Amino acid sequence: MNEPEIEELKKLLKSAMPPVTETEFQRDLWPQVRRRLEQRAFDLPWWDWTLLAGVTAIFCFFPGLIPALLYHL
Amino acid sequence: MELLERFAAGDLDAFETLFHQYQREVYRWIVRIVRNSATAEDLTVETFWRMYRAHARYDATMGSCGAWLRRIATNAAIDHLRHARNEIPLMHDPADAALRPPSEQHELRREIRGAMNKLSPRLRVVVLLALVEEEPYAKIAQSLGITEDAVKLRVFRAVRILRKTLSKAGVHP
Repeated sequence: MNEPEIEELKKLLKSAMPPVTETEFQRDLWPQVRRRLEQRAFDLPWWDWTLLAGVTAIFCFFPGLIPALLYHL
Repeated sequence: MELLERFAAGDLDAFETLFHQYQREVYRWIVRIVRNSATAEDLTVETFWRMYRAHARYDATMGSCGAWLRRIATNAAIDHLRHARNEIPLMHDPADAALRPPSEQHELRREIRGAMNKLSPRLRVVVLLALVEEEPYAKIAQSLGITEDAVKLRVFRAVRILRKTLSKAGVHP
């Protein structure tokens, strides 16, 4: 594939999706960021909860693993 | 203590100052990828949320704050594209609308959007930034955390896939 072919495709793409020019902010986003920080201060992603639940379940079914884990820590 | 050091220590005032310094730059970068102003605003908030969450990991020796933010923003945009795979808003009408009849123009745009949607988000981001927005390869590489050669390779792969998809649809670039 050569440069002219890439240039042709570039032209075609730009005809369908022109470069973004109007990029001014509609509003101040700081209040949203602040709210997000307050809301999610103690929020954990779902995979963290899944991992926590998995580890808890393992320790419930195999309590003998706890001293072994503590020994390795 | 410098602003970035205060931010790294978790100072919220320092974070707010940085937010106001970089929010426009981050928004402009994201809107070039997602091509929708409302989505770009949401992702700007998401970017700064991720930035604050990672404040303790910020290392000034790894590059400028702007570059670090651009990388977080690009990751947030890619995550968004993964969940909204069939959405490429156009922002506004193409400049060369007069060159073809309206129906043909519409059909062509539909085919191109369809071809773009078939690309993986990682390739789509590279196409949008490198070919549509014509951002420098070095800047794209930095925002993706890869080398310039890797960017060129992704462009090459994306162009090959796009040409193949468009040819199948009867569009010959």
